[in-house]
Amino acid sequence: MSTVTALPTAAAPLLPPPLLSVDGVTLRYTTPEHVVTATQRVDFQVHAGDRFVLLGPSGCGKSTLLKAVAGFLDPVEGEIRLDGRPIRRPGPERVMVFQEFDQLLPWKTVAQNIVFALTENGVARREATDKARHALDTVGLARFADVYPHMLSGGMKQRVAIARAMALEPRILLMDEPFAALDALTRRKMQEELLALWEDVGFTVLFVTHSIEEAIVVGSRILVLSPHPGRVRAELNAHHLDHAASGGEAFHALSRRIHRLLFGEPAAAPRRLAHG
Amino acid sequence: MADAPAAGRPGRALPPVRPEFERDEALEELPAAVQRPLRLRERLSGSEPFRLTVLLVALALGWQVYGLWLNNPLLVPTLGETLEAFWASVLSGVLPLRTWTSLRVLLLGYAAGVGLATVMTVLAITTRTGRDLLQLLTSMLAPLPAIALLPLALLWFGLGEPSTMFVLIHSVLWPLALNTYSGFRSVSETLRMAGQTIGVSGLRFVLKILIPAAFPSILTGLKISWAFSWRSLIAAELVFGVSAGSGGLGWFIFENRNQLEIAQVFAGLITVILIGLLVEGLVFRTVERRTVRRWGMQRA
Repeated sequence: MSTVTALPTAAAPLLPPPLLSVDGVTLRYTTPEHVVTATQRVDFQVHAGDRFVLLGPSGCGKSTLLKAVAGFLDPVEGEIRLDGRPIRRPGPERVMVFQEFDQLLPWKTVAQNIVFALTENGVARREATDKARHALDTVGLARFADVYPHMLSGGMKQRVAIARAMALEPRILLMDEPFAALDALTRRKMQEELLALWEDVGFTVLFVTHSIEEAIVVGSRILVLSPHPGRVRAELNAHHLDHAASGGEAFHALSRRIHRLLFGEPAAAPRRLAHG
Repeated sequence: MADAPAAGRPGRALPPVRPEFERDEALEELPAAVQRPLRLRERLSGSEPFRLTVLLVALALGWQVYGLWLNNPLLVPTLGETLEAFWASVLSGVLPLRTWTSLRVLLLGYAAGVGLATVMTVLAITTRTGRDLLQLLTSMLAPLPAIALLPLALLWFGLGEPSTMFVLIHSVLWPLALNTYSGFRSVSETLRMAGQTIGVSGLRFVLKILIPAAFPSILTGLKISWAFSWRSLIAAELVFGVSAGSGGLGWFIFENRNQLEIAQVFAGLITVILIGLLVEGLVFRTVERRTVRRWGMQRA
């Protein structure tokens, strides 16, 4: 299985200590009828400034993995550490942005949502107000500061959620398919905005998606997971590719490679009876 | 792609290829013709208070016409006679006194019920035993009419306010606790996780996330139990009659029926209705408008 390309261990001694390390993590959850193993001994390291993408088909445990990093569930095996400290519970240094639009508090205005998140974490009210205004400026929603969330479109709600998360200045930003519920045009715009924001602020993000294209555009490094249960299939670089490159050969090559890793045959190639 | 029709099957009718165009005018700003204010008629028909008032006036007219046609003040006095009796009782000070007696007990009982319901709900969301207890007690006691407890209450607390309070608490506690609890349970998983991920936990999580998120259900519980407590109170007063020299509205109704002052009976009933409308229209509507409607958690 591991006879593919350059071994990641060869470069390991040169690396600085990772920001987030996931070591041999097995995750299980119980449904009313079964105990489901979501991931099996998954390892990966996220370094400061990474746009690290967890990519895989449904059932590969990528969202469960993200929830474990957020602190919503504990691994049954292995350990997740941020800055060397094990993760025990949810906290603002690992803020998560969800796919669903109802993650904003409906009883608070857009600005109050951000101010509340800050004051709950000990930021003085005045400073929190300034930070909230600045955060809304960066996502281009300053005009909507005093509006209640239900009056915003889906894309705007996601922008507010991102602004709220960024205002908390997390060590790592966790995003669980944040653009999946958006229409294609808005999704593309949001991907570009996220990249622009990353250029400006230089945060670290762990991003879950099931779209190969989104993984390549958004990610600088892609962890490909195989399904049932989730195991690490590959870790790839995509830092050199963005929307501008999406028509190019390198983009397509990577896309085909991921497709082959996930489904066993190249996407663009015509159907063959057997290969060998 | 533009030559796509060539791929069609032979003999199949294809859509004609039409010329393309672009319009730069569509980018220009239009003068403010996009929105206009509502006309008076549209405004009135959109106003709920207006529509309700019209309906109320129609019902009142219907009553008056029926009363005149029936011409039997012992069965149904006309609206005019009822209003006359109402006004006379207000002026004589009897009706305000009776109303005050009822309202005072009602508010005390309601407050006590709300307090107890809060305690029960907090127990229910923090401990499993509390949850089981609440579920068991509500399913056992909620269907029990308050009036059925009256004989027991009389035995335990005697004639008077303590008995009324007991019955009131019973009618407030269960519907409110049930609604509040189901409100907490229906708070979405995303909202819970969002609260936790921005660092809210413990008691603050309950106060700042769960309670506002469950507020539509809590408000419904408060409204239902308000109505229930009114009913139980009037029923209790009808049974207890006068206690310690001052009866409430229930007693007012009972007393006047015994004296065949039917217009007065209707005046008493109207007082109960008026207070109900007032509380619904002023208190609950205002709270609704300022909270759940404003937050988009309930349609206007």
